[in-house]
Amino acid sequence: MTIQRYNPEERANHWIVALAFILAALSGLALFHPSFFFFSNLFGGGAWTRILHPFIGLIMFFFFMFTVAWYWRDNIVNDNDRRWMKKLRDVIANRDHGLPEVGKYNAGQKYLFWTLVTCMALLILSGIVMWRPYFAELFPILLTRIAVVVHALAAFVLIMGIIVHIYAAIWVKGSIRAMTRGTVSEAWARHHHPGWYRKVTGK
Amino acid sequence: MASLQSLDITARSGQTTPAPSVRESTQVAKLIDESKCIGCKACQVACMNWNDLRDTVGENVGVYDNPQDLSPNTWTLMRFFEVETEPNKLEWLIRKDGCMHCEDPGCLKACPSPGAIIKYSNGIVDFVSENCIGCGYCVTGCPFDVPRISKKDNKAYKCTLCSDRVSVGQAPACAKVCPTGAINFGTKEDMVAYGEKRAGELKERGFKEAGLYNPQGVGGTHVMYVLKHADKPELEGLPKYPEVSPVVSLWKGIAKPIASAFMGLAVLGGFIHYVTVGPKEVEDDENEKSKEEA
Repeated sequence: MTIQRYNPEERANHWIVALAFILAALSGLALFHPSFFFFSNLFGGGAWTRILHPFIGLIMFFFFMFTVAWYWRDNIVNDNDRRWMKKLRDVIANRDHGLPEVGKYNAGQKYLFWTLVTCMALLILSGIVMWRPYFAELFPILLTRIAVVVHALAAFVLIMGIIVHIYAAIWVKGSIRAMTRGTVSEAWARHHHPGWYRKVTGK
Repeated sequence: MASLQSLDITARSGQTTPAPSVRESTQVAKLIDESKCIGCKACQVACMNWNDLRDTVGENVGVYDNPQDLSPNTWTLMRFFEVETEPNKLEWLIRKDGCMHCEDPGCLKACPSPGAIIKYSNGIVDFVSENCIGCGYCVTGCPFDVPRISKKDNKAYKCTLCSDRVSVGQAPACAKVCPTGAINFGTKEDMVAYGEKRAGELKERGFKEAGLYNPQGVGGTHVMYVLKHADKPELEGLPKYPEVSPVVSLWKGIAKPIASAFMGLAVLGGFIHYVTVGPKEVEDDENEKSKEEA
């Protein structure tokens, strides 16, 4: 038996954001550290990397807004989540029995969600301030200096967050199909998201 | 400017290991003595002429500054300042603005494109335009607000200290034409000595605070000024203690390797977790399926 977790629109949206993220991350890293500059070859050279990166970022931000609109309610942190976070050590060690009840998302997913929201907001704001040739000249140099650092920091946190996100999907078996096929097994839902399971099945 | 005209490159943007630096050439410097400057703009004309630059004809806004700012086509610019250094004592100060050729260049530090900004062992900092990607990071790195990005080709431009002329033993075009000898060019050592001598002479003539502007916050510069009021360089739009912004130093300094290391460690950590603790599998899923099938 399977349960629908994400509908086709949600899946398409997720993968547009994911693809844009990968391209934005690779092109951004190319401009961040000389060791990563070879990524610029994927985009047609340094100048093309500089041209494309902001537009890719804009696409990522635009589609991420749907994610925010659809999921923010499910990601409000409650008391159960705070108790869950205290048992994070057990979660990491795969000792899942006796964890506080989890709804559609667990506390880790919720905190990650708000981390992504914060990073995306910082990236779009700082990105516009440093965007050449269109906007950077409108701002004082001091502001662009602050913007480049904020942009790098927010991108770093975002990349770290997505590494955790991708690993969690690989680690928790049965999760990836939720975003590829749209469904999860009943057992998966009952075990990882019992609150959500009861809500959608009425059991 | 061409990147291969000289093998003596001591620093190169987008490179994390030292450039070949065993060979050393004499350090050069340009010294601008503002007390000898008459504001004739011959240096501006010579710069345009030698480098084939033509800025658009600007508008008169009531001051002599023309054009009003440095641009991709104006690599040096006379700036005129009317200041009251003491009550009721008006002074007209003239400063030839342009790249300072810092010993520790912030533009080069900030630039992500390998070899787009280089520093020759003689001290000249040069933009290699064919490698420029137009990101504008050099603008954030420069403590003197010098680089300008062209609207025509989205590449950064600034004074080259006539690196092409210097490489064949010629003085920069501006120094060559200056009719009063306000612009001198020679070894850094000679220019520092001459600048200090000139500052001493100015002190004797009543400019008590005259001095050499060779700011140590950027490791000294290869373009220096003899200022009549060296205690107040702000009078002429020069920062008193210029340095590469600490924000930029953080971003293109320690943050680069640390952030890269953490990203690598996060991926490695995930892998190690997977092969030690293992995946989270829901066991009864399979049982359920086999029950259904049976």
